[in-house]
Amino acid sequence: MSKKKSAEEYHKTFAFHFFRWLSGGKDPYLGNVEMRPQKEYEADPEMLLRQEKEHDAILDKVYDTKHNALLKLFHSLYEITSILFCLFLMALLLVTISYLPATGAADKPVNNEVAGRYIEKGLEETGAVNIVAGMILDYRAFDTLGESHVLFVATITVLILLRLDKNKKGEVNPLTKEMNPNDRIYEPKNDAILQLVATFLVPIIIIFGIYIILNGHLGPGGGFSGGAVIGAGLILYLNAFGFQKTERFFTEKTYKWICFFSLSFYCLAKSYSFYTGANHLHSIIPNGTPGAILSGGLILPLNIAVGLVVACTMYAFYAMFRKGGF
Amino acid sequence: MGPNLLVNYGEAVAAILFCIGFTNLLLQTNLIKKIIGLNIMDSAIYLFLAEKGYIAGRAAPIVTNGVTSVEAYINPIPSGLVLTGIVVSVSVSALMLSLTIRLYLRYHTLNLDEIAAQLKKEGR
Amino acid sequence: MTAFQMILMGLLIICAISVSFSRNLLNSVLIYMSFSLVMSLLWICLESPDLAITEAAVGAGITSVLFFVTLKKIHAINVAEKTEEKKDE
Repeated sequence: MSKKKSAEEYHKTFAFHFFRWLSGGKDPYLGNVEMRPQKEYEADPEMLLRQEKEHDAILDKVYDTKHNALLKLFHSLYEITSILFCLFLMALLLVTISYLPATGAADKPVNNEVAGRYIEKGLEETGAVNIVAGMILDYRAFDTLGESHVLFVATITVLILLRLDKNKKGEVNPLTKEMNPNDRIYEPKNDAILQLVATFLVPIIIIFGIYIILNGHLGPGGGFSGGAVIGAGLILYLNAFGFQKTERFFTEKTYKWICFFSLSFYCLAKSYSFYTGANHLHSIIPNGTPGAILSGGLILPLNIAVGLVVACTMYAFYAMFRKGGF
Repeated sequence: MGPNLLVNYGEAVAAILFCIGFTNLLLQTNLIKKIIGLNIMDSAIYLFLAEKGYIAGRAAPIVTNGVTSVEAYINPIPSGLVLTGIVVSVSVSALMLSLTIRLYLRYHTLNLDEIAAQLKKEGR
Repeated sequence: MTAFQMILMGLLIICAISVSFSRNLLNSVLIYMSFSLVMSLLWICLESPDLAITEAAVGAGITSVLFFVTLKKIHAINVAEKTEEKKDE
């Protein structure tokens, strides 16, 4: 037998009044107390000006680096202390170094069994003639993966810092507008000497970079150095012929897709090799005969992936420094 | 003093370079020179690592004539570490340079003292 | 080889000190560039050719180019300003 109250009855109950008061539905002072609207504060303009001037004068006096004696004293103390600290640090390091084992000795604790294992079994296990390449792309591939991502993150951060801020109407943010006083006017218009030299040099530099990348497992070199050489070649091409020519084959989209594919290929390939290695499965990728160009298992494709990321990153850095975008 | 200071001259040079870079970082007021000082410190540490891995009379770690004995090659691990470090240092300096450009746009100076004075005058 | 190494290390120290004493920013960047080149020679002496190639391409090449572009952006290279003035005229 539930008893339903009508709305009017409910409005008379204590609970209704209490909850209305609790939720702030009714102001208990309204209608009971005389209230006047508060006067708005009117600042005296002369006083404001005087305050501002005094504030500026105090700041000027405090931060006047040329005449403030305390600041001068602090600066000279700072310089003396830092020089003393550096000298002390140098002495400390030199004393430490004098107790280290001699350079060039073979029986240092640095040359432990890890390095020995890399040298003795490296060729057999990774198939790479260059032991360093076998080490950084096979035994320690996580390290290199993280480093490629560091490059990618650095590019994104530089892009955030240097890009041209545009709003929806396409107007450039006034702060960044000054940064890019239309960089294209600085470009050499028709620098004949530079263009002729670049015509000869750029293909050679890029071919040399490709050679370094492809021979990373056979000799000195690899993805990092080859990528940097290719990036330098692209920068030379950009300087000689301007942005209009490079934008034909390299835009932000190209950069995004190249980085995406290279990094995800790296991840997938290394996941496969870690999976097979951890479960003692036979990897389907052959190591090949040492010394041949198609050898070294996954090292050659990984080198290519790293080289692409590095080359694009170096070019992207330069392009973003020049005009805040690709 | 230990006995090996003159034998370890490479490491000693690395320590001196590190301290020169650190002094640059502390005393220079120009941001570009500070960045160069940081790069010099980077190079000093790479030099120290490479000196640790160097063994006199042995060849670079590239297998020649199928010889895979420990006695033939230097330690490859420092080379690998430094190789990654060099490329990371370039991205670090690119980041710092872009920050410098932004600072210059805001304050129109590269002198760190002037930037600090302007900041304090603005009351921040 | 040790004498050559010692000469290179002396050059390194000279370069590192003269960076901080040069008045012109462009000069100090150029000195840093030569520092990187000497470093890449030193890597060859220390039997690590991988590092030599990387340092020559990255340290002496790309880092210096980035420094130059930054100097141009912050109007520290006088030549750029002069050409700008000419264009304005």
